[in-house]
Amino acid sequence: MAQRRGSETGGAVPREVLGRIVLVTGPEEFLAERAVQQVRELVRETDAEAEVSETVASDLTMASLGDLAAPSLFSTTRCVTLRRLEDLPDDAGPGLLDYAAAPADDVALVLVHSGGQKGSGLLTKLRKADTVVEVKTAAPTPRELPGFVTAELRGHGSRIEPEAADFLVLAVGHDLRSLSAAAHQLASDFEGRPVTTEMVKQYFGGRAEAKSFVVADHALFGRTTPALEELRWALDGGTAPVLVSSALAAGLRGLARLMSAPRGQSEGDLARAVGVPPWKIKTLRSQARGWEPASLGHAIRVVARADADIKGQASDPAYALERAVITVSTARQSS
Amino acid sequence: MTAAVWDGLVGQAPVVERLQRAVAGDMTHAWLFTGPPGSGRSNAALAFAAALQCPDGGCGHCDSCHQVEVGSHPDVGVTRTEKLSIGVDEVRELVRTSALAPAGRRWQVMVVEDADRLTDQAANALLKAIEEPTERTVWLLCAPTAEDVLPTIRSRTRPVVLATPSTEAVAAFLTSRDGVAPEAASYAARASQGHIGRARALARDEDTRRRRVEVVGIPARLTSLGACMTAAADLHALAQEEATAQTSEHDAREKSELDRAYGVVERGRRPREYAPALREMEKSQKTRAKRRILDVVDRGLMDLVSVYRDVLMVQLGTSAELVNAELRGDVDRIAGATTAEQTLRRIEAVFEAREQMLEFNVPPLLALESLMVALCQW
Repeated sequence: MAQRRGSETGGAVPREVLGRIVLVTGPEEFLAERAVQQVRELVRETDAEAEVSETVASDLTMASLGDLAAPSLFSTTRCVTLRRLEDLPDDAGPGLLDYAAAPADDVALVLVHSGGQKGSGLLTKLRKADTVVEVKTAAPTPRELPGFVTAELRGHGSRIEPEAADFLVLAVGHDLRSLSAAAHQLASDFEGRPVTTEMVKQYFGGRAEAKSFVVADHALFGRTTPALEELRWALDGGTAPVLVSSALAAGLRGLARLMSAPRGQSEGDLARAVGVPPWKIKTLRSQARGWEPASLGHAIRVVARADADIKGQASDPAYALERAVITVSTARQSS
Repeated sequence: MTAAVWDGLVGQAPVVERLQRAVAGDMTHAWLFTGPPGSGRSNAALAFAAALQCPDGGCGHCDSCHQVEVGSHPDVGVTRTEKLSIGVDEVRELVRTSALAPAGRRWQVMVVEDADRLTDQAANALLKAIEEPTERTVWLLCAPTAEDVLPTIRSRTRPVVLATPSTEAVAAFLTSRDGVAPEAASYAARASQGHIGRARALARDEDTRRRRVEVVGIPARLTSLGACMTAAADLHALAQEEATAQTSEHDAREKSELDRAYGVVERGRRPREYAPALREMEKSQKTRAKRRILDVVDRGLMDLVSVYRDVLMVQLGTSAELVNAELRGDVDRIAGATTAEQTLRRIEAVFEAREQMLEFNVPPLLALESLMVALCQW
């Protein structure tokens, strides 16, 4: 009965929800919300006129719980959602447990607990009641994300190639809501056809992973054009300018330390002296070719000034960064 | 014979005379104490406050003087901050307090020690209160220079400008007040360049002396890019070490006070309000630690400048006394290898780094690396 991922939702939310309590637990808000919606749909399938209401647990008192579950004048079927169960006042706990022992037949009660230790005593007691069904939501790990995308598209009656799913995750990021929206868009635009990497690229290609350290790497390799291109993407994608300048500073610091480190050290010792992970040493070595101490020093000064410019000494952070990137990357070429 | 409360002010005779005239009757309601760091701005303000409250014009031994000294006088409110700025909420509360009549028979004295750290909004909230305070309220603001406060504040206050005390005055003070041996006193007075608190720390604390020796040794060591990077990292680490030494004990005490206030013991339930309060406290401790590091780095930069100042003195052939007389060899070497113009550029680079860190929040390590590269002589 426990549900591991939103993608397997079909079997997880019980078919029969009226006269029961569905307990949704877990920190992944998007999946929890989806479980709540599914219960509501199930209730509406049974009775299209059903009354749907929701409230926050911290506002709940004995009286208001009675109100929520009491038969309504207009409709007998009801779906009540109680959010943030962890904030339930201590004195309302016993009332809720009493209700769980004898729930009303035409009411579906959904309790949403956002994970964590708070209120876990109440959860343990609720789980013991026969009428309570628990739906656990957990965020997929990064490795499971392509699977999540595939399941999303299957839910929309579409298919996606495995590489295309990988690429989509790379392009859109790890936010479930964005991924779900992207899957929905792909499914409705390419109805019936399996989604290929080409299609994903067509829609999401430009966004792929423009990150601050990519900009810094290009600049330190002296590749001005790609560095500027990545910088533009990164800034347009909402990367904070400070992240780029600190990535540049960190890169230059690593280079300067590497170049002045004594020769003949083991990789491990060198990595420790430079202050970077061992795998980074190789990259740094190839970057170091073409740098002179003087040009490196000049680059460090330029980046420190750019950092101040970004933080208010100049009016346009993007210009300050572009100038810094150009100066840094050409400092390597010219030397 | 001057009254005893003024004894702690070193080399400030004109200021003391002026403030005594004020105590005697030539009074106004808002004062701005300015002077270089360590010249005793806040001490002067506090001495003035004590003199205003004392029936004898600052005898230094009555109850009132003693209360001002230990900070428990009901009619002397002191605002200082260990954070980066004083916010508008704090000032509004201050303005409210200032409108109350004094509990005693004399003045309601409001001292703002870090008036340069008032945010613009906070300073504006203060304008009305310092322009027309309640009849017996006096505002004493302190800032390094008059330019550090808004022009509208400046124009509403009477300036009191403290001078940088001379080396001799500081040395004499150290010997008479703290019983420091004349030679150590003279070194501390020179090295502190007129900063009294710093001079006392240098005279009394071995660690402080060691750190300064390391800092002033930097210029001679800057011979390669690697040396620059090491020097920057060392100076940063030194600042962190000193800042941690100063804040960690304070932080731990605050934490245990908080725990006690909320009745939190090793295990067991915590009240709902505890977690937000803890977060709030940790946040303020973090800004405090950040400010400490900046303060310490800033002082290190001033020590660096003192070396280049000496270099310049040698290059220009003046006979002025060296601040770092014990580094004569280094200073002569640098002076011979570079020109006066280069030295001026280096001093400028120090101030640029200082501005980057203090004004624009550039990470200290980056600003220091950039600085060391500029100071380097390859």
